[in-house]
Amino acid sequence: MTSPLVSIRGLEKRFDLSGNLLEQITFEGGRFRRKQEAVHAINGVDLDVQRGEALCVVGESGCGKSTVARTVMGLLSPSGGEIHYDGQRIDNLDGKDALPYRRKMQMIFQNPYASLNPRMTIQQTLEEPIRFHHPDWSDIEVRDKIHEVMHSVGIDPDWGSRFGHEFSGGQRQRIAIARALAVDPEFIVADEPISALDVSIQAQVLNLLMDAQESRGLTYLFITHDLAVVEHFGTRVAVMYLGRVCELADTATLFATPRHPYTQALLSAIPKLEDDRPNHIRLQGEVPTPVNLPSGCVFHGRCPYANERCRAEVPELIATDEGARVACHAVEEGRL
Amino acid sequence: MTTATVSRWDRFRESFFWYSFKRDKVAILSTLVLVLMVFAAVFAPLLAPTDPYDLAQINIMNSELPPAGLDGSDPAFPLGTDAQGRDLLSTILYGTRVSLLIGFGAVVLQAALGILFGLLAGYLGGKVDSILMRIADVQLSFSTLMVAIIVGAVFKASFGNLMFGEIAIYMLIFIIGVAEWPQIARTVRASVLAEKKKEYVDAAKVMGFGTPRIMFRHILPNTLSPIFVIATVQIANAIISEAALSFLGLGMPETQPSLGSLIKSGFDYIQSGSWWITLIPGLVLVVLVLVINLLGDWSRDVMNPRLYKG
Repeated sequence: MTSPLVSIRGLEKRFDLSGNLLEQITFEGGRFRRKQEAVHAINGVDLDVQRGEALCVVGESGCGKSTVARTVMGLLSPSGGEIHYDGQRIDNLDGKDALPYRRKMQMIFQNPYASLNPRMTIQQTLEEPIRFHHPDWSDIEVRDKIHEVMHSVGIDPDWGSRFGHEFSGGQRQRIAIARALAVDPEFIVADEPISALDVSIQAQVLNLLMDAQESRGLTYLFITHDLAVVEHFGTRVAVMYLGRVCELADTATLFATPRHPYTQALLSAIPKLEDDRPNHIRLQGEVPTPVNLPSGCVFHGRCPYANERCRAEVPELIATDEGARVACHAVEEGRL
Repeated sequence: MTTATVSRWDRFRESFFWYSFKRDKVAILSTLVLVLMVFAAVFAPLLAPTDPYDLAQINIMNSELPPAGLDGSDPAFPLGTDAQGRDLLSTILYGTRVSLLIGFGAVVLQAALGILFGLLAGYLGGKVDSILMRIADVQLSFSTLMVAIIVGAVFKASFGNLMFGEIAIYMLIFIIGVAEWPQIARTVRASVLAEKKKEYVDAAKVMGFGTPRIMFRHILPNTLSPIFVIATVQIANAIISEAALSFLGLGMPETQPSLGSLIKSGFDYIQSGSWWITLIPGLVLVVLVLVINLLGDWSRDVMNPRLYKG
């Protein structure tokens, strides 16, 4: 196995809720106490993204998938853990040192209505990053590059003088993809890039991303909550729950033999055409709050197979026979 | 592909701004009056029959002549003359020029300070935000007039009347500009807080752009609408502040009067029947401030993001 392009080790991200020192002081039971609270958005995530693959991260709202994406891109600084790109640690770089990685790593955002600057024409939007990263390029080189990326995403270069709001959602997302491709990245983080689009447009944009992957040799970290997209797009899938990865497997393996109880419940929720007798796995209760994390396995409160060990000990990702990696005591012990 | 090559002018003519302007009679009328007054003020040296700054053209024997149509009026002075025999029409034209200059100048200074501090406070947040906004709060807790009176009195005492006359216009721009910058800074900060959460800012960060570039080239252009609205209102406010200061004797000197100091100079004679020296500049001031405020209100309605998206 070759070394991974991006490797995430023990990544943690907490968002402080308690404010400044004065706001932290509370009066409880006759004495003043300092009270600190934080949302534990990610709690020790380990992921490796291999060159050329599309690693999909799925999970329900609030499980930390977007936080992983934003932390990898440096939009958020991690509270703990490390991020390596091509063997080089990047989460502690800033300013000039990070610049070469800014060019190699790009991001596509969820909302195409907010990700284009409303006061800039398409031409300006695409031109700025190219000129910024290639100050030595001539006007003709810049223009050719803009034409090339616009062609590759199916946008007519003659539309360059228009503004973002003159386009439809799908066209805007194509422009956002063109912007990411303009600096010739190797690695693209896509944070739910199609969930704000019409279903008819989703497939087009997805195919566009796959074409770009093929022709440019891109590697994707693809954040989504749409399991159908995962099946179509992903090389491997990581399932997240409450800030932890609970199962990591090849797409085919995961869909054929899901091992983690949460993954099984998640996959059983996909509507099927022959759904006259649905056999959804109904989970009890709700997702616990990420402010006070449950002890042990984060899923134990809702898991039908949970025992004492699950309540006390945090499960690690362990390889199974099918080549998947599952974080579950029941799977490890053969109870499941 | 004809639509691909639309110019900025075409874009403007198709905009909601222009569309609603065409349908609003108050806005059109206000703009006409304002343009007329600005035009008259800018070209005052060409339009005015006499030069009120030139002592050689003033004859004290012409003092306190009433406007045309009243008993004892002189056809050479259509709006009458003031107590020193200056033609009131010329003096008002020059005075409007001074008032507008101070109004625009003060707002340019306010906007420069307000945009810079508002952007820094809103975008950087944290300690920078707290410190800058507390300074703004302190600044706002002094009334503009009080600061201006103190500074004006100190200037006047230390430079003497003659020197003061020469620097009065810059001093007024400085005082009003510095005293009112928090108004613009707060508006800018509020819009920056809303804009910086949008994904195009994240996209710019991911590209590796530096903080100044993101602040000034990506966020600032998107906060211009509220700045435009508040700047319009602030011009009117600055003109009023200047008039009030001049009326108190701390603004423009009598030798190069603004509208405010004209009103003041006539105030001494209002009981002796020479009402026009105060009333006519007063009317001009009211109309000037009114049309600017009407335009400000109209632009606030048009640019309200809740009413109009784009």
